[in-house]
Amino acid sequence: MPGMFIDVEVDAGVASNAELVKKLAEVCAVDIFAAKDDGTLQIVEENLDECVLCDLCIQAAPAGTVRVKKLYER
Amino acid sequence: MRFYEYESKALFARHGMPLGQSRVAGSPEEARAAAQAIGGPTVIKSQVLSGGRMKAGAVLFADTPDEAAKHYETVLPIVVNGETARSVLIEEKSPIAQEYFVSVTWDGRRKLPVVLFSDMGGIDIEEVAETHPEHLSRTHFSTILPLSERVAKEAIGAVGVTGSDLNRLVPIVYKLMQLFLDYDLTLAEINPLAKLEDGRFIVLDGHLDMEAEARGDHKAVLDDLGIGDDETRQARPPTEFELAGARVNAVDHRGVAGNVVEFDGNLGLIIGAGGGSLTLFDAVRKQGGKPANYCEIGGNPSMSKVKNLTKLILSKPGVDKIAVMMNVVSNTRVDIVARGVIKGCIEAGKDPAEVIAIFRIPGAWEDEGFKILAKHGVEYCDRSVSMYEAAGRACAKLEAN
Repeated sequence: MPGMFIDVEVDAGVASNAELVKKLAEVCAVDIFAAKDDGTLQIVEENLDECVLCDLCIQAAPAGTVRVKKLYER
Repeated sequence: MRFYEYESKALFARHGMPLGQSRVAGSPEEARAAAQAIGGPTVIKSQVLSGGRMKAGAVLFADTPDEAAKHYETVLPIVVNGETARSVLIEEKSPIAQEYFVSVTWDGRRKLPVVLFSDMGGIDIEEVAETHPEHLSRTHFSTILPLSERVAKEAIGAVGVTGSDLNRLVPIVYKLMQLFLDYDLTLAEINPLAKLEDGRFIVLDGHLDMEAEARGDHKAVLDDLGIGDDETRQARPPTEFELAGARVNAVDHRGVAGNVVEFDGNLGLIIGAGGGSLTLFDAVRKQGGKPANYCEIGGNPSMSKVKNLTKLILSKPGVDKIAVMMNVVSNTRVDIVARGVIKGCIEAGKDPAEVIAIFRIPGAWEDEGFKILAKHGVEYCDRSVSMYEAAGRACAKLEAN
């Protein structure tokens, strides 16, 4: 189920980079990011609305490659 | 958390308070043996977590051990105010000259413990307060300053007790005050506190209530008394709604959201913050609202925890609207609570704009929270609207329904 309040977009280059994916999974306090068996990124949709807007994921990846969207601002 | 009479008396005994001989019986044979060991007439008392035993016929007097065994079988099955007996206390019958009442409890308005003392014990103290107010004293004492016997003396003397009676009563009342503070009690009561024909004083019946959250601090004594962690000892068994609330709370360690008490009104409440729950609950009732539940949220619960609590409250038959209200919060995120209640409404098949009568949670991340609420058409307010006023707005919406 996609988030009702929050959405996250990750550039393909980051989503396929096992090291960055691991880092994203580590920094997210509410488990929005997980690594698939092949090391690529899985966004755990049911946790999207738990996002606390801490920006740690944004800081963990190269600038502009991870975007947290507040759907209620649209 | 309430104590049975026999447990209260075990605690009284530890603190050297004067008691008659008594034994707990779990069968007619044990009742007979207890009466035999005590010797002489006995009182057979059902052990329930409720008052009104005498009126319900769950306290009987026996002249012989055989009669005690017979009375055991009579009082055990009696249900008193919905409470079934755990066991029966066999106690020596004392020759009483006069009955007194003493209680230590909290005065919420003064924010201090208070000793209530009356020389008209054995009957409802509320009745004494109404019909003979001069026979009831109220004496507050500090929880910071060292405890003094002077307070006990003042409380007893205020209803005209003097001389040797005063001297004999002071240590009993003083020990009850100590017990109240030492064990984090919300109520420590002796009624009746009896003066015997020979001039001695003994505790005939006692009632202790411990603050539930203090249980951990007193585990050793509770273990000694045989009170297990699983015994909630609330005034009534939890309802299915309340158990479901506890499950919502238990599933996720983040914050508190789910400590609910069921009522039969039509306004669901999601309330909390530093005493805010009680204040808001009272504010709703004072303005004619009928709460469907009491609850406590705080400590920054997760979105899903708030969502599940919202769904639970909305699933309760008869709930027309919910009011989401807290004091000003610093440790709970307004936007996360807003997300939770809105998602809970939507997943319950309700329109948040219709079903949320008011959202009044000012504090951390309120700007984000208000954006979410505005987007979904929910009426909200900031700290410029008092909790009382917010509760009134919720009540007014229900009245207009």
